[in-house]
This record gives sequence, structure tokens and C-alpha cells, in this order.
Amino acid sequence: MLEDKDRIFTNIYGRHDLSLQGARSRGHWDGTDTLIGKGREWIISEMKASGLRGRGGAGFPTGLKWSFMPKESDGRPHYLVVNADESEPGTCKDREILRHDPHTLIEGCVIAGFAMGAHVAYIYVRGEFMREREALQRAIDECYDAGLLGRNNSCGWDMEIYVHHGAGAYICGEETALLESLEGKKGQPRLKPPFPANVGLYGCPTTVNNVESIAVAPTILRRGASWFSSFGRENNKGTKLFCVSGHVNAPATFEEAMSVPFRELIDRHCGGIRGGWDNLLAVIPGGSSVPVVPAEQIIDTPMDFDSLRDLKSGLGTAAVIVMDRSTDIVKAIWRLSAFYKHESCGQCTPCREGTGWMMRVMERMVKGNAQKREIDMLFDVTKQIEGHTICALGDAAAWPIQGLIRHFRPEIESRIDAYTRNAVQSRNAALEAAE
Amino acid sequence: MANIKVDGKEIEIPDHYTLLQACEEAGAEVPRFCFHERLSIAGNCRMCLVEVKGGPPKPAASCAMNVRDLRPGPEGQLPEVFTNTPMVKKAREGVMEFLLINHPLDCPICDQGGECDLQDQAMAFGMDSSRFAENKRAVEDKYIGPLVKTIMNRCIHCTRCVRFTTEVAGISELGLIGRGEDAEITTYLEHAMSSELQGNVIDLCPVGALTSRPYAFQARPWELGKTESIDVMDACGSAIRVDTRGREVMRIMPRINEAINEEWISDKTRFVWDGLRTQRLDRPYVRVDGRLRPATWPEAFATIAAAVGKTSADRIGAIAGDLATVEEMYALKTLMTSLGSTNIDCRQDAAAIDPSKGRASYLFNPTIEGIEDADAILIIGANPRYEASVLNARIRKRWRMGDLPIGVIGENVDLRYAYEHLGTGPETLKELADGSIKFLSKLKRAKRPMIIVGQGALARKDGAAVLAHAARLADTVKATAGGWNGFAVLHTAASRVGGLDLGFVPRKGGLDAAAMLTDLDVLFLLGADELPFDRKTAGFTVYIGSHGDNGAHHADVILPGATYTEKSGTYVNTEGRVQMANRAGFAPGEAKEDWAILRALSDALGARLPFDSLPQLRAALYADHPHFAEIDEIAAADAGVIATLGAKPGRIGKSPFASPVKDFYLTNPIARASAVMAECSALAKNAAPIAAE
Repeated sequence: MLEDKDRIFTNIYGRHDLSLQGARSRGHWDGTDTLIGKGREWIISEMKASGLRGRGGAGFPTGLKWSFMPKESDGRPHYLVVNADESEPGTCKDREILRHDPHTLIEGCVIAGFAMGAHVAYIYVRGEFMREREALQRAIDECYDAGLLGRNNSCGWDMEIYVHHGAGAYICGEETALLESLEGKKGQPRLKPPFPANVGLYGCPTTVNNVESIAVAPTILRRGASWFSSFGRENNKGTKLFCVSGHVNAPATFEEAMSVPFRELIDRHCGGIRGGWDNLLAVIPGGSSVPVVPAEQIIDTPMDFDSLRDLKSGLGTAAVIVMDRSTDIVKAIWRLSAFYKHESCGQCTPCREGTGWMMRVMERMVKGNAQKREIDMLFDVTKQIEGHTICALGDAAAWPIQGLIRHFRPEIESRIDAYTRNAVQSRNAALEAAE
Repeated sequence: MANIKVDGKEIEIPDHYTLLQACEEAGAEVPRFCFHERLSIAGNCRMCLVEVKGGPPKPAASCAMNVRDLRPGPEGQLPEVFTNTPMVKKAREGVMEFLLINHPLDCPICDQGGECDLQDQAMAFGMDSSRFAENKRAVEDKYIGPLVKTIMNRCIHCTRCVRFTTEVAGISELGLIGRGEDAEITTYLEHAMSSELQGNVIDLCPVGALTSRPYAFQARPWELGKTESIDVMDACGSAIRVDTRGREVMRIMPRINEAINEEWISDKTRFVWDGLRTQRLDRPYVRVDGRLRPATWPEAFATIAAAVGKTSADRIGAIAGDLATVEEMYALKTLMTSLGSTNIDCRQDAAAIDPSKGRASYLFNPTIEGIEDADAILIIGANPRYEASVLNARIRKRWRMGDLPIGVIGENVDLRYAYEHLGTGPETLKELADGSIKFLSKLKRAKRPMIIVGQGALARKDGAAVLAHAARLADTVKATAGGWNGFAVLHTAASRVGGLDLGFVPRKGGLDAAAMLTDLDVLFLLGADELPFDRKTAGFTVYIGSHGDNGAHHADVILPGATYTEKSGTYVNTEGRVQMANRAGFAPGEAKEDWAILRALSDALGARLPFDSLPQLRAALYADHPHFAEIDEIAAADAGVIATLGAKPGRIGKSPFASPVKDFYLTNPIARASAVMAECSALAKNAAPIAAE
């Protein structure tokens, strides 16, 4: 278990002083200028050595991503964009950083901006995050007043940070749709290539990072890559904010080392499963877009990218959704389908047409009003969407259903059986009554 | 150049190609909906998916991926692309299924049926049955104008129409609103689109969501005869295809001609066809006691012969209209010559153009395709948006490439691109030439400057002086140096350049159009309807033409002729490009082809023309003017005459330039007979006050 001294987010619950002074007392903004003084190469190599993988869900190595930015500017400015459009159902880690520990993020912006040669950072905050944006803006204003941001600041790297408030579309969390939205256009993903590191915001080299990826950077650099990589298994290093919701006794957001087994994670931080471990039905381990994993498979699995991938699921944003045996699992997945249907941007065909189709078939399956062959058809439809779309929303819409069919097919079938039986009986009853 | 392998076949292609183009090059057919060569890449239909070896284990959209983005194999093997693997087949079937689930099954009543991309590709790349058991989506139809009919259930959201209107037409009136399944194409508040090129979205729409409103439910594509021809609504000579059923023209479509219209045509070109049916002159008429009475051909000819016999040759004259072919003008000129008259003119608007100054003095010398090479443009007294819509689209295309200063002397109107408005009248031209307007330096700095002179600057008393000043300016900014001739006269009449090439202008001692209208005893009008007839005092008037328009109203004898879709004839466009229009149908009733009318008339007048057939006429024409034989070519014009033209400019006036096209939709007798054009015209007139509010 992660000890308190190893926590990066020391005020994640907002119990301590939120001000700059408070953040400083917890060790943030300590020696930022010294870190910058060590140079770009050092920062990027340290980030690579730390093994930090992007915390937005895809798990792309952050240091590597930073290194993709052009070393020398060709005349175009570089931009850092922080993705605070945290909209994945189940995920509630970035909002805690924004409202309770914003200085980690702001300091991270300065360091990341320096590492990629960007003097401007945009923080794209989800539309629904009103108070979070206010807290963040307050912290940024404090930093400007204290001379930590702006021109000729005490960190030694000119940095301007702008907070942009989104309008609450899930798709704007996709990095290129976020850039479109930031430019004032309709939030629809762009075609890749070209990648943002080459042609991003306003056509300039841009790196889009998750809030958590940026917020952990200063502490990693201060304490050293080897400290960070001492947590977790190989290729899954570091500490991570987990957000556990659902049928646990004490749902919570907390920081924990990677690769902690699921059982330990729940027992230690969430007071166990509601009704005991035998009552656990299934877990969605990484936010709504990853496939569901049945209880027996997940209980002793280390919570990290690779071991969950081996279960054909994923760590995603580490938003663990726990479902006990009282859950109507088909209806739960239908609800996710409805979410993705609602949030599809409508740009490309498979997702635009497919999400609605899947949701409607799922709707019937909730009641059992379907044919058993339609289960295979539904699976095939999810495969027709997966990998055929411009962005990953198509995949995200397809995976939960794939997980459901893979693990809970008997449940769907028994519902269909029950529905058919009832239908036949009621028809017979009607016929008898008519006679 | 890059080498890649497509389906195992090695090809060499330029490295800016997309995978889709590369596959086409290799002979592999790639289905597509959203991709269009002349529009930006959207990559949203996902139909063109191909498999890329060594890439991620999912298919790639070939329209959006560049050949140079491909990686070679680990041992330097050529990058490989497959279009025929199971993965690709499955991907195409999947996308096609998604496109069809919400697409209505109304092909039998759909106007796109038979020429529908979705229909064709569903046959070629789709599955044979549907697995979709839910209700299909219903979408409300939108009003987007009198020309384009929408059936929004059929829309597959390829956004070609949105991209066309924003990129080519330069209006942002059409867009995609809503998200996901609820995304809809609309003009937001359901206003009519204001572009003169909006009809092209009908061709661009790969399904039947946007169809032609006037053509709705009129015909099926497979029952139409198709004739390739040339448009005469403006002087561009856009390539068109005339679709006919029996005798009637059912619709007009663009053909691809990179040199002129690419693949766009204006709305007037496309929708004028209902004007070919109405107001037609289908028998000869003779005015008896002040009223026009139907007559037979011999009666009509006898009446004309009597009138001609009563007067002398110098009291006879002929004016050719804007839609006349070279052949009939040649026949008319020959007839006039043999009658001994020197009074001929093809310039109804009295444009001050003298063909004896050299051919380069009245051509659009840089050519329409050449606009893309220009690096500075000055427009004098023209509104290309109305006078030549497809040419204007070419200017916009060049402007979108960037770094193109455009200056305008004339009306300050929306041309669909940004420009510097320098002034309104001829003094501005003079000020520009002597350097008191800064734009001169931009023209001077340009390597290939272009000076467009419109009829609004020439059809006025000081027209010759304005032309000379423009020529002098062209000389000053070196617009005619180094193989580039940037002096461009923009005509508005399809017949004009042909007439000037023929020398259909008053010969020594002859009268011009305005003088003929007042002074003559016998006046022949060959489809001339744009004259100021209220000033007409000329005596006996013969109108040879197709429509009961201004000219016919003032005629004493009417000889019914054929329209441009009913005769084979040569037109020379504003660039000087000789093109041949073909006959798609026959003229109604007793109407005849105009050259044949003139031939028959010549007999009656005792001055028989020396040809009995169109080939004989053409042989004579080509003997006199060899360049007319070079179809689709531009005979070289000597750029040196520009300097001579500008040598001694005369006095210029003060009145501002005004475009001759007051109403884009009603510029000729065919358009004025069209109900669709009338509706568009009324709409455009009303739209202006609304926009101003």
C-alpha cells in the first residue's frame, strides 16, 4: 500500500489549505526554477525513465509524447493543451485535482511547457465543472500575482495559462475534437495523420495531455524517476488516482500504487464490496468505455494497464465501477450504449449509425424481446464499428457490449427465454379466454 | 515520386497522392462517398477503407492518408496496400450496412435512382440482405431554395454539399447541425441559398437527398438521350450535357472541362431548360394591319422580299444577338455582303471593341485555367459573379490558395472573396495608372498580373478610352511580358467573340447597332433581343429567333429559329476557345435551324448563298477563317497589340462603371421564358432587402 509520504496529491480531499501558500507548505512549487534549469533534455529523459504512462485512458508514455514535439521552432508557436474535459462515466479524478490540488497542475504546466517549448497552455475544462473551473482560475490568478506565471516569472520560463470552459460534450475529450472546440469550431475529431505534435492547435505543434499526467510531473522530477518507477510492475510504473464507484461500502477517489490487486484496492480503501466478496458480480475497471470483467477474473488481478489488457479489458482512467449481484447487468450496459449514442458526434458513419442501432438492440435485450441469433449479430455490429471510425469513440461504444456478450451471454439468453415463455403463455391465456 | 505496391502490383506515383488516388492509379476500384477531387477531405463516410501492411491492425481511410505517410517494411520493402483482402471486404460491407440501415427504401420513387452512388456501391460492395429490425430514422425535409429539393431521410451525412458551398461557392449558408444520429444538413433557418452555383450540390450529393426541384419526378435517367454540348448562358462556354426525352430537354448537367468549368455550372445554365419549352416561336408570323398573324414560310419570305426590293442596299442592315452561332452569323454576313450592305453588328450593347485592333484586344488572354497562375488581379467594370459564375469560382479557388491581391474598380458588391475596392469609375483607373493608388505596386510586383476588363467598362461612350487606359496599365505593370498575357476582356454574350472573329461589325461606312435601330428601312435581327427597342424607328424589321421576346414584339416578320440545344453550331468563348454545340433535339413546329432559314431567305431575295448544307457552310467558313476549324483550341493571339492599343488613350468620362448584368437570372430570351429563372429572380430581389435589415 502506498504510504502517505509517497503521495503526490496530498490535498486530494481538500482538507488542507487550498491557497498557494498551502500548496507550498506541502512541497509544491519547490525549486521549480532548479528543475527548469536542468534543461529540456533532462526533463524529457527523466519523464521517460519514470515510466509514466498517460493518465487519460490510452496509456501512451508521457515522456515519449513530449519528445515528439519539434526541438526547434520553425516559426510557429508551440502549445500545451491540458485535457480537463473529464467526462468518462465513472471517472472523477481530474475534478479533484482541479478543485483541491490545482497547484500541482499549474506547476506541471510550466514544466511541461518548458519541456516542449510552449509558452502558452490552454486548460480545457469540462462544461459541467463550474466550481472546478473557478478553483483552478483562482489558483492561476494567485500564481500570476506571486510571479510564478506570466512574463519574466520566477520559474525562468515565460508561461501563460488560459482556462477554457467547454460546453459539456463528451467527444470534446478526444484530443483533436478538443482542439477543434478550442479553436471555436464544432467539436468533431480530426483525421490523423497529421498528428497534433505536428499540426495541432491553430495548425501549430501541440501536445494534449491529461490533467493527471501533467500534475504528477513536478513531483516525479523533484523526487526522481527512480522513486516513481519503484511503484508498480514493469511497464506499469508509478502511482495513480483510482476512482471507485458503485456497490462498495465506501466509494472513493484515492491515490494508490499501480498493480495493486483488485481485492486489496477495495478492501483497503473502500471498505469492501457491499454484501461481501461473494456478492460481487462484475467490474468495469477503467471507466465506461472498457469491457466489463466478471468477478472471478478480476478479484486477484493487479490493477494496471497490461494485466487488465490480458483480461481483454483495460485500465482506462482507473475509474473502477463495481457491480454486485443486485445489478441488472444488461440494463447497465444498455445505459452505457445510450450514453454513447447520445454523445456520438455524427461525423463518421459507423459510429453515427451504429451507436443507435446497438442501443436499440440492447434496449430489447434488456426486456428479452429479441432473438438469440441477434446476440451474435450485435457482436458482429460492434466489430463493424470497432476500428472503423475516425476517433476512439466508436471503439468505446463497442467494447462494453463486447464485454457483456463475452461474459454474460447466458444472462441475455435466459431473458430471451423468459420473455418468449411469458409471451407464449399470455398468448395461450388470451386464446383460452377467447374460446 | 514514390513506389508502393497495391494488391501486389508495384506502381510509381507522386508522393503527394493519397492512397485512394494511388489505388485508382493501380487500377483498383475504391468505393467512396465523401471524397471528391475538388473538395477538401472529410474522411467521414469510411467507405474507402483499405488495408495497410505493417500499420495498426485496422483498416485505414484511403482518402485521408498520404502515400508519404506509409512506412516501408522492416527490410526496406515497399509499403503495401490491399484493397481486396477479407478485412477490406468486411469493412466495406459493414460501412455499407450502416449507411443503409437508416436510408429509406424508396429507390423506386427516388430521382437519383439509376445514377445513385449508394445504389451502385451497395450492389458492388454491400451485403445482400438487411439485419436491421428497428425503425428507420425520419428526418424532416428542409427548404433550401427553389432549385434544390431535399429529402433528408436519404442523407448519408457525407458533407459534400457543405464543403462545396463553403469552399467553392463561398457561402456559409449550408451546414451540419446536431450530433450523432440527429445530425442534419440544413440552411439553419431554412432560407434559400444565395449562391449562383448552388445547383452543383445536386450533382455532388451521392444519394437522392438533394435533387433538382424543377426536374422532380419528370424522368428517369435511363430513358434520357444524352448529348454533349456547350452552354451559351454566358461567355464562358461551359461544357454541358443535354438530357432529352423525345423532343424535350429534360435537364442540363455539367461535363468536366478542366480548362473552363472544371465540373461546375451556374444555376442559369442548369435550370434554364424549362425556358426552352415556353414562349417558343413555332411558325412564321407576318404583321398585317399592325397585328402579327400566322403565315406560311413562302408568305413570310415574299413579304421580306417585297420590303427589301423597295429600298436600297445601304438602307438594309443586320444585328446578331447574344446566342447566335458562328455559322449563322457567317451566313447572315455573307447574305448582307451579297445584298451590298455594310451595316452589320454583333454588339447589341454597343461595347467599344474594334476587332481590327487585333484579336488579343478582345480576348480573355490569360485563359480561365490561367487564373490559377495569376498572382494579382485587377477587375475593371465587371461583376464576374453574375457575368461568369464559373469563372468567378476559379478566381475564388485561386484566392483560397492564398497570397492573391485583388482590386476592383466598379461596383462594390459581394464577389465571394475579399478584395480591395479601389473606386467606381474611370478616373480611378487613371489614378491607379499614375500611381496615386497603392494597389499599383502590388500589380507591378506580381509576376503574372491579370487585368480583367468587363463589358460594364466598355459598353459606354468612353468605352474605347477605358479599354485603351486598361491596356496601357497592362503595359505599365508588364502584364504582357514573358509568355504571359494578363490582359483579359470578360464578355457576357456567348456569340460575341465569334462575331468579332468573323468581323461581324460595321464595315467601312456602315452603321452600328444603335444607328441601325433608328436609321434603316429593313432591319434583320438574328436573335437580337437586348437592344433599346423603345428607341427603334427603323422601318421593316425581320426577327429570326426562337422566343417571343423583345425582338419578336417589334418585328414585322418573324421567322422561327432554333435554340442552342436544337442546332449544331460553333461558339467561341471569352478566351477565344472555339467550341461546338450539338443538337440534342429538334425545334418545335415549323421552326428551322437559323442557317437554313437564312439560306432559304437568300433564295427569296435573289442572292442565293453558296452552300446547301451545314458541312458546305462550314467548309466555306473554314476557308475564310481557318481558326474556326480548330475545335476546343485557342488560336494564338499576338500580345503585342495590347501596347499599341494603349498607345493613345482618349478622353474618359466620369460616370461609374455598372455591370451589364442587372439580373443574373434574366439575361437572355430563354432565361426570361423560364418560370424557374423568374422565381429565382424574384427571390434574389427580395433577399437583398432582407439581408440589409
